[in-house]
Amino acid sequence: MKQTVTYKFLFTITAMLLLCINTTAQTKIYGKAYSSKGKPLSGVNIAIKNSYDGATSDSSGAFQFETSDTGKVTLSGIMTAFIDFEQTIDLKNIPIKIEFVLFPSINELATVQISAGSIEASDEKRTTVLKPLDIVTTAGGNGDIIGALKTLPGAQQVGEAEGLFVRGGSNSETKTIIDGMIVNNPFFSSVPDIAQRARFSPFLFKGTIFSTGGYSAQYGQALSSVLVLETQDLPDRTASTIGVTTVGFSAGHNQLWADKKMSIGVDANYTHLGPYIATVKQQVDWVRVPVFSGGSFNFRKKFTDTGILKFYAYYNSSDLANKAQSIDSVREYKPLFDLKNDNFYSILTYKERLGEKWILNLGASYSANIDRIKIDTNKIKAFNELSQGRVVLSRGYGRNSIVRFGGEYQYLSDHSSYNQLTRFMYDNYTAAFVETDIFISRKLVLRIGERYDNSTWLRNDKFSFRSSLAFKTGLFSQVSLAYGQFYQKPEKDYLWRNRTIDFENTQHFILNWQYVSDSITLRAEAYYKTYENMVTTSPKYQCLTCAPPEVFYLDTANTGGGYARGLDIFFRDKKTFPGIDYWISYTFLDTKREYKNYPKSVTPPFAASHSGSLVVKKFFPRKMWGFGTTYTYSSGRPFLNPNNTEFMGDRTSDFHALALNVNIIRTIGKAFTVFVFSVTNVLGSKQVFSYRYSYDGARRQEIGPQAPRSFFIGMFMSFGQDRTKDVINNNN
Amino acid sequence: MKKQIALIALTFIGSVIISQNKKYEEQMKNNVAQMDTARSKSHVQKITNNFERIAGAEKKEWLPQYYTALGYIKLAYEESGEAVDVFCDKAEMFVKAAEELKKDNDEIIVLKAMIASARISVNPMVRGQQYAALSASLLEKAKKINPENPRAYLQQGLGIYFTPEMFGGGKAKAKPIIEAANEKFKTFKPKADLEPNWGAPTANYFLNEINK
Repeated sequence: MKQTVTYKFLFTITAMLLLCINTTAQTKIYGKAYSSKGKPLSGVNIAIKNSYDGATSDSSGAFQFETSDTGKVTLSGIMTAFIDFEQTIDLKNIPIKIEFVLFPSINELATVQISAGSIEASDEKRTTVLKPLDIVTTAGGNGDIIGALKTLPGAQQVGEAEGLFVRGGSNSETKTIIDGMIVNNPFFSSVPDIAQRARFSPFLFKGTIFSTGGYSAQYGQALSSVLVLETQDLPDRTASTIGVTTVGFSAGHNQLWADKKMSIGVDANYTHLGPYIATVKQQVDWVRVPVFSGGSFNFRKKFTDTGILKFYAYYNSSDLANKAQSIDSVREYKPLFDLKNDNFYSILTYKERLGEKWILNLGASYSANIDRIKIDTNKIKAFNELSQGRVVLSRGYGRNSIVRFGGEYQYLSDHSSYNQLTRFMYDNYTAAFVETDIFISRKLVLRIGERYDNSTWLRNDKFSFRSSLAFKTGLFSQVSLAYGQFYQKPEKDYLWRNRTIDFENTQHFILNWQYVSDSITLRAEAYYKTYENMVTTSPKYQCLTCAPPEVFYLDTANTGGGYARGLDIFFRDKKTFPGIDYWISYTFLDTKREYKNYPKSVTPPFAASHSGSLVVKKFFPRKMWGFGTTYTYSSGRPFLNPNNTEFMGDRTSDFHALALNVNIIRTIGKAFTVFVFSVTNVLGSKQVFSYRYSYDGARRQEIGPQAPRSFFIGMFMSFGQDRTKDVINNNN
Repeated sequence: MKKQIALIALTFIGSVIISQNKKYEEQMKNNVAQMDTARSKSHVQKITNNFERIAGAEKKEWLPQYYTALGYIKLAYEESGEAVDVFCDKAEMFVKAAEELKKDNDEIIVLKAMIASARISVNPMVRGQQYAALSASLLEKAKKINPENPRAYLQQGLGIYFTPEMFGGGKAKAKPIIEAANEKFKTFKPKADLEPNWGAPTANYFLNEINK
């Protein structure tokens, strides 16, 4: 009995020892790691999962180690910025040779992107052409979003009117979109011959996409271009700001709740051009110098980790009046232009993730604008309101592919009066779209979209097709093609005259090549655009009762059209000259159109054949100051000379402008302070945008900037609860 | 007899556990020592990989997670431009894992502050203010938990050292803080054998730079 027990005992021990020997038996694993380009990859962490065993590949990509594990295990190869490699191997004391390839992980550099037609500024994405800060630090831009975008290819250098004139299109063909919804009055109300600024501060937005054509089916009612702005989420801290400039004051406060889930912000601003106009001589006589005052309010709240509600409201009131010599009078005669404007804008959006794959975007917006204008003795009042709602759902599928669909509704009303005459029009506009980005591979993506627009005022609807294809040709380069159909309601002035006119439309064909690395961006885009159904006008004289005056009206019809073709080139380099960041853009444009009262198809006054910009920025991080300079050039633009038998046969002289700005960053007390000095047209080059002729063609007036040069000096202080300074002060 | 067998079996199992523990300690000790002396990028990568493997096998230990994160932060310092973010993201992953195992630990918070500082270099103009503030507040938090942590002082001092003078930074202002760190390094005793005990030579190096 005892004997058997001992045997059993010995047997157990032996078995244990054997087991023990078995576990200490070593299997050799060796091999090589390669990159997807076939080059050896060093630094890869090769490991048996959940064990200590493994090695790091050396400079020849080779690795070797031994493991005492047995049976089926998972071998992994891991390297930062690459997709993990995994393979199941069977360990049986026999050396195992493994060679594997690691692919760069899906990041923007490695994956193809839809890029035809659009230039993006974002901090979140790594491969954008611009950063949001570029918009405020571009010389000549004067902190206006539009100013900076005008240094990009595709946009024309038009100084006498606000907005963006893109690829042969007029400013009314570019729409501004905030968080998916159209903004009706993105600029301060027009003043004859003086371009107005955009209403919204660039600091409101975290992302900007300037699309010069071929854009997504999400956006409609724009023939040429969309400027897509995305508002900021929660601020990263509580902060107050104060701004003092040569033209006014501003102050604001953003309060971030301690749980970092809610914020409320307010700001107020007051602009008075009096002192400035008194210093810098102006072209026109100001009866009442421009005064702008307003404020805004914002509320942002995160209800969940993935959902955010944002509300923004803006109000601004402006007042100005000037007198300029009338060209039709030989004697001194300066008719009055008097403008009072009130503008209100509000937007509410909600974004939430639904489950793993779905994202819901909801939006609503209301805006109103009143212009009270006096021109000489005539009184004009224009009051428009826009209410809109938008729903978009998107769902990811496959590796990167996504489908989006949604709809929007707008109610637009317009009450206007001219002396005693009044008019009223309204439109119920509905649109729906569906679009998908299909990643056929990481190198090839196809976007197809369809949009439906319906206007009850026009009693008409349209389907438009959009598509884009992008193919990655190298690590940093890609080729894209885009095609799209775009419809837009004719300008308001024509809409109320004639409810039987049709949407105007364009088609865009775009071929794009781009190279985008960390430090170099080179982008070339060729395009062809057709214009159809453009509204033309012809004066009609009608004799109603014949003895009293004839009734004159404009007949409108969709008989116009035209084309635009050209080449846009953009080059940005942050590397060649250390510390210097510069970009060059060149725009070639060939366009002709027949629209409005044009007797034939001609190049319109807002199109120059050649234009370009050179923007240079240098920042000295140690001394915390920087400067920027922007040179813009544009060849002459057409203007109407009644003495020339050829319609729009004349050209202005070339346009040159050199702008300079200096930014100095300091801490004053506890405030982070930025001083800005800027000058436009430093060299005082003569700038003529166009000419205005007297009725008989005998005399003409130059239309140019208000002053040969403009100056701006500003100080912007930010009082954040920035602990850095507290910490430093406490330790002194 | 049965008791004897049970006892032998227990000893055997016990010795396996002990040997596993010994392996952990040996491996950790070896790698921690190397981390202090590693200078080349490839060497740091190799040690970081070693820690990452230990972290994968010892999911209940916070120290392997801590040292892997530290390795990735060191690698982030070696990078420039947007690659810095890629390494910081990875470091953050391990910091989170460490935090779950060890709550409110001053050493882990110091790593978080280091990540925030590293991220500034990607775009100082845009990120400077935000990340410097974040880093500073994290270091304050670490000091509150353990006022004797020399690494919190060292990182704070370095933050000031690399901040331009007009923002209240510079060598002169960094000096007293790095000196304080240096003093604390002299008396600092890690709570346990493998716990963080690095940084004294760095403090020394920068003090020499300041006094040059």
